[in-house]
Amino acid sequence: MPPRVEAANRDYADLEEKARLLRRHVIVQTAAAASGHPGGSLSAADIVTALYFRVLRGLDPANPRNPDRDRFVLSKGHVCPVLYAALAEKGFIPREELMTFRKLHSRLQGHPDMTKVPGVEASAGSLGQGLSMAVGMALAAKLDGRSYRVYCLLGDGECQEGQVWEAAMSAAHYKLDNLVAIVDRNGLQIDGPTEEVMSLGDLVAKWRAFGWHALEIDGHSFPEILAAFEEAAATTGRPTAIVARTVKGKGVSFMENAVEWHGVAPNAEQRDLALAELGGV
Amino acid sequence: MSANQTIQAPAPVSPPKPAEAATREGYGKALAELAGDPRIVVLDADLSKSTMSYSFAKAGARDRFFNLGIAEANMMGVAAGLASCGKIVFASTFAIFATQRALNQVFQSICYPGLNVKIGATHAGVTVGEDGATHQAIDDISLMRGLPNMTVVVPADFTEARLFTLAAVEHEGPVYLRFGRAKVPVIYGDDHRVRIGQADVLRRGADVTLVACGVMVAEALKAADLLASEGISAEVINCSTIKPLDAETILASAARTGAVVTAEEHTIYGGLGSAVAELLGEHLPVPLQRVGIRDQFGQSGTAKQLLEEYGLTAPHIAAAARAVLARKGG
Repeated sequence: MPPRVEAANRDYADLEEKARLLRRHVIVQTAAAASGHPGGSLSAADIVTALYFRVLRGLDPANPRNPDRDRFVLSKGHVCPVLYAALAEKGFIPREELMTFRKLHSRLQGHPDMTKVPGVEASAGSLGQGLSMAVGMALAAKLDGRSYRVYCLLGDGECQEGQVWEAAMSAAHYKLDNLVAIVDRNGLQIDGPTEEVMSLGDLVAKWRAFGWHALEIDGHSFPEILAAFEEAAATTGRPTAIVARTVKGKGVSFMENAVEWHGVAPNAEQRDLALAELGGV
Repeated sequence: MSANQTIQAPAPVSPPKPAEAATREGYGKALAELAGDPRIVVLDADLSKSTMSYSFAKAGARDRFFNLGIAEANMMGVAAGLASCGKIVFASTFAIFATQRALNQVFQSICYPGLNVKIGATHAGVTVGEDGATHQAIDDISLMRGLPNMTVVVPADFTEARLFTLAAVEHEGPVYLRFGRAKVPVIYGDDHRVRIGQADVLRRGADVTLVACGVMVAEALKAADLLASEGISAEVINCSTIKPLDAETILASAARTGAVVTAEEHTIYGGLGSAVAELLGEHLPVPLQRVGIRDQFGQSGTAKQLLEEYGLTAPHIAAAARAVLARKGG
């Protein structure tokens, strides 16, 4: 119905624009670094945009350690280009610094370093560890009587790591309803489709079996993403898992659903093509 | 015999045994003392009665004690997350699981960001005893020593175990605390003071330096007695902090004696002996002999039998001292 579409455009136009900027930053960073992981950065761009520009509370570049801030843990650390992009757009780091990504002595390491970059909540890279740290943060909130919430983004391939399920068990055991896990279900990992490399099966059912409230959404639909976060916030007594169906490489036609763009940077020509598709500056 | 006849108890035939206690008991005692400190959170992975970390909960801090079940990797990550929110976290399990099972988590989630997590690792070394090789951490010092930002402490007795646990609270950053299961001699009295990074010269000597840690400190003292009866004067250094190594104390002693023996309940690869060898090799090459486990797995047996089996007793240290003295020449 046209009125709804118009309403949607009005409500989410700012997010669409931010997501476009983040995707441009991903392309520019990885091209400048001549390495990095564009595919998963692009699939996660809308989720990260929704979090940083609508959901996360208490973020303040002047006080990045505000104890009451919501925490975002990027467990799939290799997609840090999209995190650095969000932090640049939020004012935590200068936009120009994005060009130093993966360079010697840069704060913007190939995988995120929480001691170097204001706004980065967890050092990550070796997969499977972020959700455990997020559990610790959520426990700390309960201990201290603080109302902040903790959001953890995982890759779908990452869910093959056993530690993810150790963490899932502990989050349900301690009834961490201030914790949300988002799985970027783009269906691809380095060696190929997840279901060929190591079947993940029904991820929603798996999270439910571990005692979580779980739902599946379109990870590129802002209404669905935001509704899912609202549903998580309204869920008490247990953590929430959002399995977000996404397209790896989303937004750049030649990268979409192409496994070879997991960990390869665009060259200058491909960068320009990608930026032209993403449009504007 | 009439009821009102008094009977004199026989006089004891042997002197009272020296006090013995496990270092894990010193850890448990310190955690109980820390129960009132709201900054502290204690985690365990289903071994809290054995590691004695449960003493923290028992002493009143039930709300700040979390059992994470048999999932050490997750426990280390949860510890990191809590520490990132300002908590001082003790994460306890057996040394073998803390270091080997969760090594990558300790590396990335704890050491890389330098978070304030103290790993209380108990049941280290062969003195675990009857459980055998799968439960005997013999390379944990080596693994922890290789991690940037990690401090490695091996208390020599109950007193030190308690004191170093308390000291770790005031030390910013990751600390690995190595404790044992078996009861071992109590060397130090209540007046003992410790500082992370500082070795303690327990006995002065002129001919050879014995550098020991953990349970081997008591053995080194006995070895010094054996050597003294042969006219050899041995200096005994308790090197409780393996990293950062107290280079000053060790080099000063080695410069005077010109011969060094190290002793540890650990493989000779990568532990105290290696640390001292690296130091001497770079700064003061003198004859050195390492007493430790020689590239093999442990096995079942009593703690005492296993120390003997793997060459970790006073006579073995004394033999090593004679060997370095022979190399030192005259």
